[in-house]
Amino acid sequence: MAAVKETIDAVAELERYKYGFTSDVEQEFAPKGLNADIVRFISEKKGEPEWMLEWRLAAYERWQAMEEPTWAAVKYAPVDYQDLFYYAAPKKKEGPKSLDEVDPELLAVYEKLGIPLKEQEVLAGVEGAPRVAVDAVFDSVSVVTTFKEELAKAGVIFMPISEALREYPDLVRQYLGSVVPVSDNYFAALNSAVFSDGSFVYIPPGVRCPMELSTYFRINASQTGQFERTLIIADKGSYVSYLEGCTAPMRDENQLHAAVVEIVALDDAEVKYSTVQNWYPGDAEGRGGIYNFVTKRADCRGDRSKVSWTQVETGSAVTWKYPSCILKGEESSGEFYSIAITNGHQQADTGTKMIHLGRNSKSRIIAKAVSAGKSDSTYRGLVSVHPKATGVRNFTQCDSLLIGKDCGSHTIPYIEARNGSAQLEHEATTTRLSDDQLFYAQQRGLSEEEAVALLVNGFVRDVLQELPMEFAVEAQKLVAISLEGSVG
Amino acid sequence: MLSISNLHVSVGDKPILKGLTLDVPAGEVHAVMGPNGAGKSTLGYALSGRPGYEATEGSVEWNGADLLDLDPAERAAKGVFLSFQYPIEIPGVPALTFVRTALNAQRRARGEEEVSAPEFLKLVKAASKALKMDFDMLKRPLNVGFSGGEKKRMEILQMALLEPSLLILDETDSGLDIDALRIVADGVNALRSPERSMLVITHYQRLLDYIKPDRVHVLAAGRIVASGGPELALQLEAEGYDKYLPAAA
Repeated sequence: MAAVKETIDAVAELERYKYGFTSDVEQEFAPKGLNADIVRFISEKKGEPEWMLEWRLAAYERWQAMEEPTWAAVKYAPVDYQDLFYYAAPKKKEGPKSLDEVDPELLAVYEKLGIPLKEQEVLAGVEGAPRVAVDAVFDSVSVVTTFKEELAKAGVIFMPISEALREYPDLVRQYLGSVVPVSDNYFAALNSAVFSDGSFVYIPPGVRCPMELSTYFRINASQTGQFERTLIIADKGSYVSYLEGCTAPMRDENQLHAAVVEIVALDDAEVKYSTVQNWYPGDAEGRGGIYNFVTKRADCRGDRSKVSWTQVETGSAVTWKYPSCILKGEESSGEFYSIAITNGHQQADTGTKMIHLGRNSKSRIIAKAVSAGKSDSTYRGLVSVHPKATGVRNFTQCDSLLIGKDCGSHTIPYIEARNGSAQLEHEATTTRLSDDQLFYAQQRGLSEEEAVALLVNGFVRDVLQELPMEFAVEAQKLVAISLEGSVG
Repeated sequence: MLSISNLHVSVGDKPILKGLTLDVPAGEVHAVMGPNGAGKSTLGYALSGRPGYEATEGSVEWNGADLLDLDPAERAAKGVFLSFQYPIEIPGVPALTFVRTALNAQRRARGEEEVSAPEFLKLVKAASKALKMDFDMLKRPLNVGFSGGEKKRMEILQMALLEPSLLILDETDSGLDIDALRIVADGVNALRSPERSMLVITHYQRLLDYIKPDRVHVLAAGRIVASGGPELALQLEAEGYDKYLPAAA
């Protein structure tokens, strides 16, 4: 009987992370390890201009002189940076890439992941086909970007950043590293040296992007780090909603994901950036899983500009991530809506920084942490008001929900107000999932797991509502899946 | 037919029900009355399977199934519904979502088809109208900020939509003014049918003016100590529970 139960549990474990499969795609790798030659190799592979190589080498030099940060409330086995592959790409014919030229194996992978890479249906007017343009990044490279032509008609540039470096070098050069400088932090410096792909978005003045843009990151190869770089520029008076999703196979090893996302919003521009992060979290004993060390920052450079970060974090073994806004423009506005769910042995140290430099700038932070199993979750957030920034307003709300007795949740707010006119509000609550609520829902017919999912979805509802429709439904299901087996 | 036989239930180490025996045939409404601390709420929780209310002895049969073997959701799917004395607030979950999720969970458990959104909305509109409830209230998180009367109406609304066959009403009259009591009682009476059994747990006789029981039982110190017709409730109202207390002690 015990053996039967074990098998059932093993199967249940597999089903819990349904993106855990690996794909047999023929790939080429750079030699293992990191040195200046690897940086040159990547740059050459991408056919980059000379200045870009120099930029990378400078970043590599800075990185060597830096130390890995230890202040976050997470513990993990040290990463051996010489034991990683920094470049893995599916073998392909030269040049990108309309959909019919993409390796069918790869398309099958995305099909299996439920990512819509079909533009024909939408263009043909098939009812119900999602109007989302997707850039699909597989390990180190972008394999396909859909709807490029339709977007080009609106003047929107949406392409792999490696391509943008060749086609729009001046635009990239003007903004790359202007929000997250190469020396910003250890992982950002590493990313600057070795990033191999990611998405580039430019929305021209006054343009409202005609569809949602989305990048889908997939780590496939073993012992490979993923270092992607995303750069979004919203010119004056423009608007774009951008979605990011990520998954990885189940492996016993820990894999490193160190991304950088930079957003620039000029006068009256608005960017909405949504993430559903579902990297492999490791197994029930805490083996394997992704180290998710990510730097995301928006520069609200323009007056009345607005950037909104929404994140649903359910995956990764260790998360270290603080999507932030520098509110430089007058009356600029930053928002951070976050759901961080940890289960098993997961650890998350996440939050935001709202740096108020502009007059009458405002920010809003709603962070919901749900901890179950033996996991540990920390909200770490900074609200900073510059001496010259008058009329600043901030509202922060941090709610934690604990499921079971072995998990932990912490809230660490930092507030630096150097201008007396600032109005800052902070609210925080910590509650345990109540037996009364659980029983009430079960009495009405919900199984224990359905009851937990419903109650937790209620707890995170304020944030789910900030997600674009299609994403919200997915996220709701994800909340349920990631908490399976968390009670009882 | 509900058949409770020699039921012993402990909460922690403390025995609360001590050999309770009670039958409720299909189609009948039975009232269980008793003084505070007699074990009335424990009976409701034990029948619906609340964790922590452990049956140490005896049996509970409901339409041929042994309820004590089933978890709360399985009992609900078999038609067991407990109307709570203090309905629980569920933040962030609209009442409509909650009830629909519950209804579909029960239907799935019984191998029935889920209810479609338009069909469900039609059912809810009719049921809320009968209970004189504002439909917009059902879009708000369940019971959050509801008055005592609204919460009780919400319980009856759920009962009407889930169509249970064993209805357990735990102190449904508490916190209701006379108008609300009438509306709630009408809602309950509308559910009376030859297939349904009802157990009305109450301290006061007042509720039984509106929900007429076929039988009345007195619960004291964990056991049924007297049973009779509706006149027993009036007698209790006049004389109090005193005469049952020494016997039980």
